[in-house]
Amino acid sequence: MPIAEELAKKQRQISIAEFFEKNKQILGFDSLTRALITCVKEAVDNSLDACEEAGILPDIFVEIEQIDGDEYRIVVEDNGPGIVKSQIPHVFGRLLYGSRFHSLKQSRGQQGIGISAAVLYSQLTTGKPAIITSKIGEGFPAHRIELIIDTKKNLPRIIKEEMVHWKKKSGTRVELFVKGKYVKNRKQSVYEYLRSTAIVNPHAHITFIEPDGNEIIFERAVDELPKQPKEIKPHPYGIELGTLLKMLKETKAKKITTFLASEFSSVSLQKARQIVAKAGIDENKEPAKISLEEAKKILETFKKVKLMAPPTDCLSPIGETLIKRGLRKETAQLSPEFISTDTRQPSVFAGTPFMVETGIVYGGNLPKEERVEILRFANRVPLLYQEGACVITEAIKNIDWRRYGLEQKGGKGIPYGPAIILVHVASVNIPFTSESKEAIANVEEIEKEIRLSLQQCARRMKTHLSKKAKKEKAKSKFLLISKILPEIARKAAEMLDKPVPPIDDVISQIMNIVWIDDEVVTKDGMAESKIKIINYKRKPQEFILYAEIPSKEYVMDVIPEPLEIRERIIKWKISLKPSEKLELSFKIKCDGIDFDENNLYVLGIDPVNIVGAEKWEGEE
Amino acid sequence: MSDAVKELKKIAEKIYDDLAKGKIPSIELPARTKSNIVFDDRYRVWKYGSQNITRSAVSLSGAYMLLRTMYVIDFIKDMIEQGKSSTLRELYYISEGWGEAKFNSQDESDKLAEDLEIITKKLREDFKLRPEEDGARVIGDIVIEETTRKGEKRRIHCQDDVGDAGYSIPYNVEKEKLRFVEVNADKVIAVETGGMFDRLVENRFDEKSNAILVHLKGQPARSTRRFIKRLNEELNLPVVVFTDGDPWSYRIYASVAYGAIKTAHISEYLATPAAQFLGVTPSDILNYELPSDDLTKEDISALQSELSDPRFQDEFWLNEIKLQLEIKKKAEQQALAKYGLDYVTDVYLPEKLAEMGYEM
Ligand SMILES: Nc1ncnc2c1ncn2[C@@H]1O[C@H](COP(=O)(O)OP(=O)(O)O)[C@@H](O)[C@H]1O
Repeated sequence: MPIAEELAKKQRQISIAEFFEKNKQILGFDSLTRALITCVKEAVDNSLDACEEAGILPDIFVEIEQIDGDEYRIVVEDNGPGIVKSQIPHVFGRLLYGSRFHSLKQSRGQQGIGISAAVLYSQLTTGKPAIITSKIGEGFPAHRIELIIDTKKNLPRIIKEEMVHWKKKSGTRVELFVKGKYVKNRKQSVYEYLRSTAIVNPHAHITFIEPDGNEIIFERAVDELPKQPKEIKPHPYGIELGTLLKMLKETKAKKITTFLASEFSSVSLQKARQIVAKAGIDENKEPAKISLEEAKKILETFKKVKLMAPPTDCLSPIGETLIKRGLRKETAQLSPEFISTDTRQPSVFAGTPFMVETGIVYGGNLPKEERVEILRFANRVPLLYQEGACVITEAIKNIDWRRYGLEQKGGKGIPYGPAIILVHVASVNIPFTSESKEAIANVEEIEKEIRLSLQQCARRMKTHLSKKAKKEKAKSKFLLISKILPEIARKAAEMLDKPVPPIDDVISQIMNIVWIDDEVVTKDGMAESKIKIINYKRKPQEFILYAEIPSKEYVMDVIPEPLEIRERIIKWKISLKPSEKLELSFKIKCDGIDFDENNLYVLGIDPVNIVGAEKWEGEE
Repeated sequence: MSDAVKELKKIAEKIYDDLAKGKIPSIELPARTKSNIVFDDRYRVWKYGSQNITRSAVSLSGAYMLLRTMYVIDFIKDMIEQGKSSTLRELYYISEGWGEAKFNSQDESDKLAEDLEIITKKLREDFKLRPEEDGARVIGDIVIEETTRKGEKRRIHCQDDVGDAGYSIPYNVEKEKLRFVEVNADKVIAVETGGMFDRLVENRFDEKSNAILVHLKGQPARSTRRFIKRLNEELNLPVVVFTDGDPWSYRIYASVAYGAIKTAHISEYLATPAAQFLGVTPSDILNYELPSDDLTKEDISALQSELSDPRFQDEFWLNEIKLQLEIKKKAEQQALAKYGLDYVTDVYLPEKLAEMGYEM
């Protein structure tokens, strides 16, 4: 049962303070460390949501100050739309006054009990009021309100209110005094929560001041706001009896058929008639008069009729490119050698649309011997606790990572190696394992999507690794022919007082391949790909070279003249005499897309004679 | 041009010709492993067999070896022309300035110097390369004439003209450097450890037994082995070897008598096939009831490896090694001190030498 209902029920008998005490763990306040994280999280999640809804690029300021012993002052300030004065007490001074309970929409807000819980925690631990400052726009005054919650009545009590001057155009600032514990260098810490948040919200700029005064800035990587997710109606496949009863009671529809057709997704009037007939209910019956038995019948028939899947355009993925940028930005100091990301098509479980996105960061200064780092997200919110109980972890364990170049004992379990694995699940209704909302339940459909997506990233990682290994080997040969062999020839000639002998022939015998070397250099939003080909075979070589491109429209300055530029490919005809060299290049405009690694293919030459390109398997 | 330079130049010529003919340059040399040593009937020593390996520029490591070879040859050539010499360690440090041809460790440069000996059939001394280890010590009734670095010839009586530390064997012990002028001793006793050598000197065993005492200092240096060989061949002195009673000491004896695997290409210069093993034998451990230690795992596998080593395939050694594996004990030379400091010179050595047919 949703916690809101439980709380609403119990509220009459016990005070919310008692309720809070009993449910500390579920609410995320069960330890001093976690309480501090939860307070920051509730406020930051709200700020991000509010900014996005208002179409404002978020600029968020977070400060944690140690007041005395385990007492901390938390400040979270945003540049969002602000909150009208009359609403402030309700938002912050009443438990469960959220706007989002029963709404089916992909949002962060689903995930906490709300900012008022943080206010309550603050007042229960330090006795100090919360201080809220908010301004709704230019020309409006800013209101500063100090408030506490009346725990008997669950109503706000204002301690002090005043108008203040605030330079900001609009925004909200929340100040809380709480008992907590600030920790560093730990997965479960305010810093990690903010870093993870910055990865999946590359459109946000976050400034963070730690208790020791250290300032950390998470820069904005993109200037575009994510697409606003749409609210959708529930789908019959995913509905529960309690919700159905509630909807029947609250609907404005006069007839059961119009109720079904207007309040659910994927139900036409015709389908509604069919359902009602199958359930043996009069199609003109008033929804309010449907009995418990009848409601159960309707629920049963829901499962029996064939319905279209719910619409999935209600979801707002982060997108492959943005996840990559977020990861690159936040792992830059580790200089990883490879990042791959993947966004799956939306899918459905129990009538609920969801979609999965993943990313893998590999190499660089990531620790080689340790367990990989797992970054879990639900609707763009980092999940820091209960890793072991989460479907994301389960899916990762079920992949045989040895096939992709990571270590894993017996091909099962969390892999080891220099990698970070990121998984984001977006849904209008995330199926958490419990009300503490830290782990996603093991839903088969979700597990499968995560697995497929990760395998896609892993395959690319594997390709990258084998390409690297091949290049490494070829590089040692290259050192041999370009440095050592000429030096042997020079030295021998010098000692014998003879002319330096030509060594091209010997080089061809040692190499006996066509060598392709490439690099991508990104500068000022432009990626330039340079490809160098040398024929180290003893015969002339002719073949077709294909270079993969993100899309034709981004390509510029292709040198030399290609045979053809197709949607995803540039195609050249290459013809080289022995020892002949050729340089090719092209540029990719990086607006909204990234291009950081070439994928080269050849046709018309045995691939064993080529280093630096794979065999072309597509159409000619 | 010296012979050595001529031979070394041939290597450079081979590599140059390979390149000029469009062939991948390479050089061949014998494999230096236990499985590639064979008994040479003529010299009665163990030498490399016919298994060859090829160093070719087809691989990066092979190419590095060839380049280093060229630099070392050039270096030796210059040294000979200028009448200088250098130690193996100096060779390694000099390579620091050779760019890509620089050695990664002295092991590599030492090995390459040996390779060059094998290919050219010359000695390291011909290349003016010497080891840094100081020569071993000698005490006994023999007069040696050494040509000093100033070109003077100096005569040294190895009892009267030396202190208790004895005469130091120089790195070059060839005829142009060192001559035997007069000898009254009638045998050579080669001693493994410094402690025992000093004991024999203090007890004046060189005088008592009329022997030349040579300190082997563990695995003997080339010059020590060559010195012993010359004593044996030119002066017809019999040689006995006195070591600890463990598998590693048997290898010391083998390198004196039959040649070492590492230097099998010059066994006929270094090995003294007539050298006999005196002890400590595993039988001695039992017969003299010597204080002993248990064999370690490494000792046991070394003994087992010796059972298949072609140099130890005779009745004496097979019996002794098997006996040792049975009793699982080893003993040091100095264990003889159990019966007093003079026991070794008063009892053990006279008994053993008599057993071997020497008159005391
Ligand atoms: N920083 C903020 N800026 C603007 N509106 C806010 C802010 N914080 C909270 N709100 C409003 O208050 C509502 C209640 O927030 P909250 O109690 O945290 O619940 P939830 O976020 O789960 O809806 C939000 O839905 C939003 O409309």
